[in-house]
Amino acid sequence: MSMATRKRDKIDALVARSADQGGGVSLLGDAARRLARNPVAIVGAVIVVLFILLAIFAPWIAPKDPTTQYLIGEIRQNTPLPARDGFPLGTDQFGRDLLSRLIVGSRQSLIVGVMATLIGLVAGMIIGGVAGAVGGWVDSLLMRFTDILLSVPGLLLAISIAALAKEPSQWSVITAVAIVSVPIFARLLRGSMLAQRGTDHVLAARALGVKESTIVFRHMLPNSVSPVIVQATLTLATAIIDAAALSFLGLGDQDVSRAEWGAMLGEGARVYFDVAPSMTLWPGVAIVLVALGFTLLGESLREALDPKNRR
Amino acid sequence: MALLDVRDLKVVFNRRGAEPFAAVDGVTFSVEPGQTVGLVGESGCGKSVTSLAIMGLLPKRGNTISGQVSFDGTDLLRLSDRQMRDRRGRDIGMIFQDPLSSLNPVIPIGVQVTEVLERHRNMKGSAAKKEAEGLLKSVGIPDPKRRLTEYPHQLSGGMRQRALIAIALACRPRLLIADEPTTALDVTIQAQILALLRRLVEETGTALIMITHDLGVVAGLCDTVNVLYGGRVVENADRHLLFAEPRHPYTHGLLGSVPRLDSNRGEPLRAIRGSVNDNIPWTAGCAFAPRCDHAINMCVEATPALENDGLRLLRCFNPVVPAKQGAKA
Amino acid sequence: MLRFIVRRLLGVIPTLFVLSFLLFGWLRLLPGGPAGALLGDKATPESIASVNKVLGLDQPIPVQYAKFLGRILTGDFGNSLSKSRPVVEELADALPATIELAVAALIFAVGLGIPLGYLAARRRGGIFDNSTIMGTLVGVAVPVFLLGYLLKKYIATDLGLFETSGRVDTGMNETNVTGFKILDALMTREWDVLVNALSHLVLPAIVLGTIPLAVIVRITRASVLDVLNEDYVRTAEAKGLLGKTVRRRHVLRNALLPVSTTIGLQTGLLLAGAVLTEKVFVWNGLGSLLAEGIEKRDYPRLQALILLVAFVYVIVNLLVDISYAIIDPRVRVR
Repeated sequence: MSMATRKRDKIDALVARSADQGGGVSLLGDAARRLARNPVAIVGAVIVVLFILLAIFAPWIAPKDPTTQYLIGEIRQNTPLPARDGFPLGTDQFGRDLLSRLIVGSRQSLIVGVMATLIGLVAGMIIGGVAGAVGGWVDSLLMRFTDILLSVPGLLLAISIAALAKEPSQWSVITAVAIVSVPIFARLLRGSMLAQRGTDHVLAARALGVKESTIVFRHMLPNSVSPVIVQATLTLATAIIDAAALSFLGLGDQDVSRAEWGAMLGEGARVYFDVAPSMTLWPGVAIVLVALGFTLLGESLREALDPKNRR
Repeated sequence: MALLDVRDLKVVFNRRGAEPFAAVDGVTFSVEPGQTVGLVGESGCGKSVTSLAIMGLLPKRGNTISGQVSFDGTDLLRLSDRQMRDRRGRDIGMIFQDPLSSLNPVIPIGVQVTEVLERHRNMKGSAAKKEAEGLLKSVGIPDPKRRLTEYPHQLSGGMRQRALIAIALACRPRLLIADEPTTALDVTIQAQILALLRRLVEETGTALIMITHDLGVVAGLCDTVNVLYGGRVVENADRHLLFAEPRHPYTHGLLGSVPRLDSNRGEPLRAIRGSVNDNIPWTAGCAFAPRCDHAINMCVEATPALENDGLRLLRCFNPVVPAKQGAKA
Repeated sequence: MLRFIVRRLLGVIPTLFVLSFLLFGWLRLLPGGPAGALLGDKATPESIASVNKVLGLDQPIPVQYAKFLGRILTGDFGNSLSKSRPVVEELADALPATIELAVAALIFAVGLGIPLGYLAARRRGGIFDNSTIMGTLVGVAVPVFLLGYLLKKYIATDLGLFETSGRVDTGMNETNVTGFKILDALMTREWDVLVNALSHLVLPAIVLGTIPLAVIVRITRASVLDVLNEDYVRTAEAKGLLGKTVRRRHVLRNALLPVSTTIGLQTGLLLAGAVLTEKVFVWNGLGSLLAEGIEKRDYPRLQALILLVAFVYVIVNLLVDISYAIIDPRVRVR
């Protein structure tokens, strides 16, 4: 081999090696990788997954039946009993096992949170999507409507709606919280659509004669997915907290035997806080932990999906 | 004595989760009082980082700076933050690339000028305002009095850059560093700004470091030229000499790639093959070797040093030698 | 400038109208209608029918709405069911309490939040920064009422600091001038009342202000980080300006702009949180009225409260928009 070719091969090899560091193309793949390395995201994800599993398998995980008043015989002066053998967290004022009620209560929170967020998301996306895609006076009208919803602070709006119910129930709570979250999703989707309407790839599609509906569904919507996912996760956190607040105020499920964290918190705090703080603390910690988990996950998702962070 | 003497300046950036990156890897040049020096190179060659290092404007953490930057006998790299602040604006001024983002959008132009006067020339109140008005006038801004109370978004791009020049020269610094001052402007405005810079530099005797990737700008303005590649100076010569007889293959390639009116039509434009990212770590050889048509074995095995042959500084084992018969390539 | 203000004011009016209409409809959506609401448990189909006639509910909707508007604009919201007082009077009595609480909470949130956010931004990535961020995430996750009870037990009861019930101790005999206890005590120089009122104010203000604090810290930090990266800060440094000048005039001034918009939005959180906080600390403000109104299904009171709250929220946001325009000259061009 001549000196020249040897030199060239050497250089080529070195260049090839340095060029190899590229890799990683898709935004989602990139995001997933970044998430996996982020300790905050992992903590949030772990909490969320545990919570969901707990909620799904609650009846089997709970050591005792949450509605049976096991130790009612021992209750004096309506005072809950402290922790003892078989009742690791003690009981409530009716002698029911606190731990079991706590575990089963996760179901309520999950159902309410997920349903409220889902309904709010779907309704919000429809409104926002139509506003963003159609534009014009439809857009103005729909945005006026969401503005009005936004002009009343979240919890108060939820209270107003929940108060309308003849008999407060789980569904009135779900509806109230859902309606509160509608404007957020509507604004989000509309903003995303509007931003995309001026982009080159949409204009190009239009110039090619692609049908408007295809443009909306196949080009614009998929790009709006990530901020919606982030917002849904964060909304779940607030939904759980707001639902608890509504129960605390007496607007939630009136069935006293059903275990629900917010109601347990309310009862425990109002009456039994001094004598039996565990009645308040455990549901409280549970709510905070779950809300925190979703918030951590949502925030780290937001950072992971932010294209500015791509390297 | 040289006004500014940069010796073997190195700036290494520490990156999380990646190898440290030497943005500036041994830059050496000097500036005499009143002289205009050019720093030329493509994006990523380290010219901006060099200027920021001289001014002490690099972030406090995340990088390591070594070498010597001698201004008027004092090594700027060894000064404290406060000592550096005293010199910035007063002894060395700097203007940047984007005039819109370089001005604070919510503060009137007048205040952005007078604050420099207050800081270094102890001028206050109406005296400062008068001086500010005069400064804006000297850079060719019409109706300067009105401009004092206006906001940056109310001025055009060219006027903003003029204002920034006025601010940089307000305290009559002995050195002005201009980092791509015309890149963000329209071509016609570019010419005006460059003419303005040339006039001011001549009038005040300020030394100027002109950082640019545009050879045309350099040709019209600078006394000496430094060509940078991969964080190092690869060639340094007097302007006329450099343009007439580029020795470093990179400089040669740069000049050769400029389209000329007198070349044959139909002849393809000549580019330097490869890209800036195709380089070998300096420790293993010449960074330009992969793209170099002149490379020899030595270029891959050893790192060339910057050598002074009396007329110019050159960092190359196998430089381009001008054709003996003045035949055009 | 003036045109800008007028334009924004005009924009607000339709929103208020629609709100009032929605509230009007809200009452009628209730089971049994407003008559049912007024009669409460004593409602029978006949009594409902007669009350309907008296209230003029058998008239066409537009007429009803017009009358409703008329009554609202003159401040007549009817009588509270639980107390048989005009609702407007109840509101007027309770309003100063809530304003005092909200202002105290806001002072807490802003006074602590902006410095914390700024410091976190300056020490980005360090322990202080990371723990601050963690703190804000937890702060938002803790329900207001839980925090209230926690502080009530562990600080007030166990440590004996501050008071937790009402605005002043009963039997204090304070002089009432404006309804703002702190202000009144200052005006009448009743120092013992002042101390007492303050000691009652501290815990509720902290509880109410915690979520706004968390939000303000986040936003201040993000905003300062953004500004620190801006070119004009680099220019200011290149001018050789003193560190404190750069910080004050270039960094903070610009960084605080988005923060001030948030403060307007925080009033919403404050009003909502007040409902829960006032219940926990037995604070006789609008929140207590609301909570009681919910329990007793006192719809006339609820209607008035919600309208008032929405009105205040809208006005505050309007003021924030206007102040934004004053501070940031670029906004006026629009």
